[in-house]
This record gives sequence, C-alpha cells and structure tokens, in this order.
Amino acid sequence: MSGITSYGAYIPIWRLNRDAIGAAWGRASFGGERSVANNDEDTLTMAVEAVLDCLSGVDRDTIDGLYFASTTAPFKEKQCAAMIAGAADLKTDIITADFGNSLRAGTSAFRAALDAVNGGSAENIIVVASDCRLAYPRSDYEQHFGDAAAAFLISKKGKPIANVKASHSVANEMYDVWRLDTDKFVQSWEDRFIVEHGYNENMSKAINGLLKKQNLTPASIAKAVLYGPNPRTQQQLARQLGFDPKSQLQDLLTSNVGICGCAHTLLLLAAALEEAKAGDNLLVASYGDGSDAFLIEVTAEAKASGRRGVKGFLASKLPLATYERFLSYRGILEPQPGEAFRLFPSASVSWRDRNWSLRLHGSKCKSCGTVTFPIQRICYQCQSKDDFEEVRLSDKKGKVFTFSLDNLAGRSDDPVIPQMVIESDLEKARIYCIMTDCDPRTIKIDMPVEMTFRRIYEGGGMYNYFWKCRPVR
Amino acid sequence: MESIKDKVAIVGMGCTKFGERWSSGLDDLAIEAAYEAYEDAGISPKDIQACWFGTVTAPATGIGATHACNSLKLRIPMTRVENWCITGHEALRNACFGIASGMYDVVLALGVEKLKDTGFPGLGTGRGMGPVLEARRTSPGSFSLIATRYFYTYNLSPEEGKKTIGKIAVKNHNNGSMNPKAHFRNKITLEQVMNAPIIAWPLGLFDCCGNSDGAAAAILVPSSQAKKFRSDPVYIKGLGQSFDPLLPHARPNFDWVNWDALQNSSHQAYEQAGIKNPREELDIAEVHDCFTITELAIYENFGFSPKGKAKEDIDAGFFELTGGLPVNADGGLKCFGHPVGASGLRMTYEVYKQIQGKAQLPERQLKDVKLGLSHTFGGPPQVSAVAILGRYLEKS
Repeated sequence: MSGITSYGAYIPIWRLNRDAIGAAWGRASFGGERSVANNDEDTLTMAVEAVLDCLSGVDRDTIDGLYFASTTAPFKEKQCAAMIAGAADLKTDIITADFGNSLRAGTSAFRAALDAVNGGSAENIIVVASDCRLAYPRSDYEQHFGDAAAAFLISKKGKPIANVKASHSVANEMYDVWRLDTDKFVQSWEDRFIVEHGYNENMSKAINGLLKKQNLTPASIAKAVLYGPNPRTQQQLARQLGFDPKSQLQDLLTSNVGICGCAHTLLLLAAALEEAKAGDNLLVASYGDGSDAFLIEVTAEAKASGRRGVKGFLASKLPLATYERFLSYRGILEPQPGEAFRLFPSASVSWRDRNWSLRLHGSKCKSCGTVTFPIQRICYQCQSKDDFEEVRLSDKKGKVFTFSLDNLAGRSDDPVIPQMVIESDLEKARIYCIMTDCDPRTIKIDMPVEMTFRRIYEGGGMYNYFWKCRPVR
Repeated sequence: MESIKDKVAIVGMGCTKFGERWSSGLDDLAIEAAYEAYEDAGISPKDIQACWFGTVTAPATGIGATHACNSLKLRIPMTRVENWCITGHEALRNACFGIASGMYDVVLALGVEKLKDTGFPGLGTGRGMGPVLEARRTSPGSFSLIATRYFYTYNLSPEEGKKTIGKIAVKNHNNGSMNPKAHFRNKITLEQVMNAPIIAWPLGLFDCCGNSDGAAAAILVPSSQAKKFRSDPVYIKGLGQSFDPLLPHARPNFDWVNWDALQNSSHQAYEQAGIKNPREELDIAEVHDCFTITELAIYENFGFSPKGKAKEDIDAGFFELTGGLPVNADGGLKCFGHPVGASGLRMTYEVYKQIQGKAQLPERQLKDVKLGLSHTFGGPPQVSAVAILGRYLEKS
C-alpha cells in the first residue's frame, strides 16, 4: 500500500498585519497576519518551492509523477505541472497533471496520486497544491485569505511517514463560493446558507461516512485536520462531530497565514505531521463542491530531513509595510512597470535554454573541473569543447560576491533592484541574478543566499520565469 | 605582426556640441561633425574615398550606414561598425586599417549617437544576451558591482570609497566647466557628490555620466602625405583592442578588480607606441569615465596607479589638469555624456586638439602635449579600445 514518504510546505516571506487592512477601510481587524506572495511569485512558483522542500533528502530521479492543484493557475491553457517538474529538475519520462476549479482540487490530486501509486502506474508521485486567491478589497475574505503551497510525496516503497488507511468523498453542487471564467475575485452566497448546507452538511457526511466505514469514533482520532472558512465555523463543526476543539483540532493557521484555497487542507496536514507521534490517527477533510475525508495513520515521527515545512516557513517572515503594497503585489493596483524590456520572451529561446534557465544547470568541465553558469559549450578556463557535464545549482546555497542596489529598473512597488553576483557552494560557480524577498539595506558581501524560482516579467503574451536568490530562510 | 605606429595621420577632426539636442536628429549631428572635420582638414567631401560609420542604437534609427550615407551624400564605400561603447574607436581603428593597407588615401571616421529620442533617461535595461538572464540589468547596476567589490577588496568603507571616486567626478566637472562643447558645464563639490540621490548603490547621481547626443569625426591620411594637408598633423602611435568572454558576472573566479580587456588593450597600444611607463610618458589621457569607479579601475589597469593605490593618486591630485597626468581634461563622459558611437572619436578629438595646442580656451590648454591616449570601455562582456596619438613622427 502506498504511503506518504515526504512532505513540504511553502509560505511566502511577506506577512501583512490585518490591522493594516482594517485601518485602510475603517473597519475591524480580524487580528493576526496573513501571508502575501511577492510580486514575482504566483501559484506556480510557490508550488516549485513546496516541491523543493518536499524533495529535501529525496533522490529526484526516483520521482515518476507530479500532480499540481490550484484554483489560481497562471495559465488557462498550458500545464503547470510540467514546468514545476522542470524547475524541480525531475526527469522527463513522468506522469504530470493539473487539477483545478475547486477548493477540493488539492485533495483530489492527493487522492489521484494515491490511486495511481496503488494501481501501479507510478511508484513515486509528488502532489503539490498552491493557491493565491483574490478577494474583493474590504471584504471579509480579504482578511481571511492567505497564500501558500504544500506538497506530498506518495510512494509505493520506502519507509512511509504516514499511511492513508481509508477515504470517503461526497460531491455537492451549489453556488457557495465561486469564480466565473472571467472573474478576478471570489464571489459567494449568504454566509448562513453556505455554512449550513455547504460546509457543515458536506463535511459531516464525508467525515461520518469515513468513521462509520472504519468503525471508529471521534475519540480514536488524535487530530482532526479540518479545512474551514474561518476558525469559528471550523470549531463549531468539530464540536458538532464530537471532537474536542481544544485538544483534537488542528490549528487552522488563520492567525499567521490565512486560508490558502485548495492548498489549505494539505498545508494543515503538513503542519499536523510535524507535531504527530507514531501511531496517531489523523482525520483529514477538505471542503469544496463536496468534501474528501481521509484517515491517515502516522507510522513514524517526521525526521528532520532538511525540510523547512510549515514551522520553518512560518518562523521566517518579513512584515509587508503597507496595505497598498499588498494591493500592488497582487496586481489589484497596477504598478508602473519600470523601463520597458527590450527582449520579450521567445518560446524558442526559452525552450532551447531550458536546462539552464528552467533547471538552473551549469556546466562542469570534465577536463579542468570549472563550473560555469549558464552552460558553456567551450570551457571558459581551458577551452575544452563540448566536454562537460551538467550540474544542478538550484539546490545549492551560495554567498554574495558583489552587489548593487539599482534604483533605475524597478517597478514602482519595488523600486530597488538588488543586482547580485553570487558564488555557489558548488565549485564557487558564479551566478548573476536579482535578490528577492529581502530588505535591501541588509545586504552584505558574503551574506548566505539560496535560489528561488520566480516570475520575471510579462511580455509578448507570455510569462517569463527564472531563478533569483534570496537570503537563506 | 607589424605595428600601426606612424603609418596613419589625422589631418582634420570635428566634434559637435554635446547635449540634449532636441532639435537635431542623427543626420544633423553627422553633418555637423563631418563638415567641421572637412574644414579642419581643408578638404571637400569629394576627396573622401571611404567611410567608417559608428553608431549603436540602430536598428531603431536605421540599419547599416544609411544615416551617414543619406545625410552626407557620399557615394563611396561605407561601412557601419558597432561594438558596444568602443564603437567610436572602432570607426577610427578600421579607418586606420583602410589607410595603412594602402587601399585609400583619404578616409572619414565618423561616430554619431542620438540617445535622446528614446524617451528614457539612460541606456535602458534588459539589453544583451537573454530575455531572463539580464532582465532589469542596467549600466549603473552593473558598474556598481565593481565599486562594491573594489571597496571590499581594498578595505574602504562605503563612505571612504564614495569619497575617493567622488573626487573623480569633481575633477571632471571642473574640467568640463571650461569646455564649450560639453553637455554639463557646472562645477560641483565633493559634498554635492556625497549628498546626491543614489542611482544604483553605491553610485550616486554624480558618479554616473549623463545621457547626451553628439557626434565626432576624423579625416585620416597616410603619414607620408599628412604635411600636404596641414603643418600640425597628429600621428597614430598605437591601437589596442581586446574583448573578454562571458559576462563578468558569470566568470569563474573573477576578482572584479583585474580587467583583462583593459590590461590587454592598453598593453597592445603601449607596445606599438613604444611606451614603457605610461604614467610618466603620457601627457594626457581621455579614458572611459562612464562611472567614476570605471575611471578608477582604468588608472589601476592601465598602469597609471599601482593596484589598490589609486586613492593616493586621486587624493594627491595627480590626474587633475595641473597634475602629473591629466585625465579627461575635456570633462570626460561625466560632462559629455555617452552618445555611444561618438565617444571614442570625441575623446580622440580632445587629444588631437591638445597636441596641436588648440584647446578652445587657453585656461584648459595643457602645456606641451606630445603623447596622448584615448580609450573607451564597454560591454558586458567587456571590450576595450585604446588609441595612442603623438605630435611627432619618429625619425627612422
């Protein structure tokens, strides 16, 4: 039977204090803070982060599938999973699929991965869910929502952290929360209706159905990992189902992250695994157009594998100074773009350069050992021709070699572009890149950095993605 | 390999007023520089047998030698050259080769750039080698990388470092204030430099050269015929040029202090000219001060100052008009801006005029200039060009 052998999370570094949102609109703050993706991040780049976190200590060549779930994918037609797999430097003969359109897409992908591995069509599938939903300015949802991603590795073999023992799903058609194909912001019906006949009814059906199937009672569950639109609604449901919200309910991460769309249930599961003990039974339930419920038995305490997980990413944060900046980062206010770019994305260039620009491979000369980025056919040092192997730089840390803080080229919401030359821990390869997720005033030569996949700009009808560096989180 | 020394002479030069020439197009600038050169050489356009035309910002402004041909109505072999910031020198170099080969007797080297039609106050961003790798790379952002690393390497605090290079800006503005052809003619103080807005930290406004329009031209002939044109021709003593592979940003183990292109191009030119000690032998140097830190790097890579010791020479005023080796006596890129295709020839114009004793105003004429150097530096990756000019033919 298949099991969870690794997991990862990603929470953007920027956090907006909800008081700033309340103050902007002259209404009450819900308290705490929410995560905000940077202006060079989207659902796809956050997914790459969670996948890389999940791959800590995992041999990437063993991965033979990647499923991506989101309701806010950057493309309507074009697969994200294939690009995420490329950025994660996975091999190309793998199964990839995108799941979307529902808050349940994350657990749908999770279930599909379990089924594919159980069914034998793959041995190791990574499931990643990522969301970055927009709420109308001033709405409750604007304060409730957050941005994050979570990833799980489902494996046939290997020592699982947890096993999925059983599941139960219900489907439900209703307009509770939705977006039309042209909508930017989440729409919703009256709260009392959607809680009673949407959330409560469907979550209860799925959870009770699962418990009944397994002949279990709420008392045998160590932690109920329940999606919820807000803490109050989630706690009421837990109480109705017979769980003690104080001891049995996984924290909803609303005070410090926010509700992260279809990634949220998986993010909560990752958080639960970080605290779980071997032998714990977790009851996991997602919500959206019905509900998916899973019974998960923790088999081993999650060892430190180098992953940051929810805890690590929660602890590493920077305050987003203003509400206006949040609006601009999320594209609700349009920033002045900075100087027009001379070179628009080119499909053929991106494709030809994919091994260095997507996979962040450098070339290592087989003759003299010099590592250069981007890939060079003729060695810079010894001029050997076509005598190199490709080496992965995306998972190596490095340090700042020299830098400048450029005031000319930035967008109006981020006017300073920290230009970096960094020296990778791999053979001191030099990488030229922009630093992101930082306070530019703190940058120093020799500062430790790591690589992060980001959206660079939009032009010619395409998004351009490439790697930047950031201070080690 | 033969040296170019003493084979080619400059018998006429022209240089426009540099600046925001809103009412002049690229064609007008070309005409202004070329006709001053014709007049200076005492020739008519019909005497010119070939032309090398340098400009960079095409194709936005027309491909090939179109602009020089259309504007000047020359019906002769014309070649457009482009090689980053050394484009003006490339026009000069290739014109020299045209003469030295014996193919032509009178040629025109012309460099023109119209930057102020782009709507952007700088050379732009994201130029170069890829849609993602150099996204948001600007010139100040790149040259600042040199300053940051230089300060670190030689243990200068950002404050000390900025003061050191700031003195270069003060010097060049002082020189430019006396030059009627300069774009900027304001004297500045070190305090102004230090308090100026940051463009790309650590470089501030006065560390960066302006963005200007301009053109310059030279008429070249074989040295043996030079005296037929004028009594005071100026002779080509050496021409160096060197390119470095790879963006410096990507170069393995690169120290950001030793610039091969600078060292190679200057050594080539010194060797041809027979210069052993440039610090002592040169009477003037016009070097590529696109940013103040660039001028400092040039001091140390050209052998004007020992490595890491430029600060001592700067503090002692060695490169000022009254110093041992005046650098950028005309005000440099700091005061002329950098209309890319024109700069190399504009600098050569200053060396040519100083050697002839014909700097526009007596207060900026240097005494007894026999040997001078002009230099441009561009990229990335770096390319550097050096021309050495002399007053006398060596007796053979």
